[in-house]
Amino acid sequence: MSANANGMSAAAGPDVAPQAQASDHGHGHGSDHVDGGAAHGSHRSYVTGFVLSVILTAIPFGLVMSGVISDKSVVAGICMVLAIVQIVVHMIYFLHMNRKSEAGWTLMSLIFTVIIVVIALTGSLWVMFHMNQNMMPPMNPTSAAEMSDRM
Amino acid sequence: MTSATDVPPGAENAVSFYDTDPHEHPPGQSTMLGFWLYLMSDCLIFAMLFAAWGVFGGSYAGGPRPSELFELPLVAVNTAMLLFSSITYGFAMLAADAKKQGATLGWLAITGVFGLCFLGIELYEFSNLIAEGAGPWRSAFLSSFFTLVGTHGLHVTFGIIWLVTLMVQVSRKGLIDANLRRLQCLSLFWHFLDVIWIGVFTFVYLLGVLR
Repeated sequence: MSANANGMSAAAGPDVAPQAQASDHGHGHGSDHVDGGAAHGSHRSYVTGFVLSVILTAIPFGLVMSGVISDKSVVAGICMVLAIVQIVVHMIYFLHMNRKSEAGWTLMSLIFTVIIVVIALTGSLWVMFHMNQNMMPPMNPTSAAEMSDRM
Repeated sequence: MTSATDVPPGAENAVSFYDTDPHEHPPGQSTMLGFWLYLMSDCLIFAMLFAAWGVFGGSYAGGPRPSELFELPLVAVNTAMLLFSSITYGFAMLAADAKKQGATLGWLAITGVFGLCFLGIELYEFSNLIAEGAGPWRSAFLSSFFTLVGTHGLHVTFGIIWLVTLMVQVSRKGLIDANLRRLQCLSLFWHFLDVIWIGVFTFVYLLGVLR
């Protein structure tokens, strides 16, 4: 059974491989690599991305500048969420990220970078926050107030 | 299962593993992926600068605080400049894909003007801060601010130099494949800077004012 299956796959291998390679080369090496191989935006997708990013920029600026919401941490939270949404919008509509561009390698490298960035950022902030807390005891009441203000 | 051990390892699948046929590697075949990887490494540089900002952003050394220094209307105008330049660069790419050389050059020029406006506003802001005595030497907060925003501004500066270079190339040699590839690289670079700016205006300016 298994020997038969191996024989079949071995027989099919040479027949299939050149075709797959040829089509791969035609796609990856030809002039369409420059024109249409990589994902491209249309007029409509650029305008969509632009309108979305204008809205996503205007909301946080409006919130902070007008001071509609008095709770600062709520405003900060909304700003950060909107920033992340806007970054994703830019990635999709302006940088044309998708799963297929460069056979998925751009997405893989992006995910890798995001993981590194998240580890480095959260790690730095976490470590330094605790160091500040443990190593800098308040020297007098005013600086204590400042510190708690800062945190 | 047993047959797999009978065959010498690698012999049955050698054809699919090794590409022995000669085949062409046209120039620029891997340029886009390589440039993307460069952008990812650039992303790490900015991540470190953001981390420094996150750590030092509250160390005023008794000096001015962000809410006393930052002028949000100016930052909003600056953000608009960068957003406009992003979409005009998109239109330049669409014109280049349609092989319209004149329109491409026109949109690139408009993009460059928006980029210069951005830089001008940023330098105006920096000079105002320094004139007020809030230069990068004043406190750790201002050091990290100038480093982060200045590095972004430096990237935009080089982007504009690259843009002008490409405009000369396109006007001389037309929209050949090599120039389209270069335009695509600059497109990634330009939009990437816009993505970084989202982080800057959110975490530095808006959250700085909220602190």
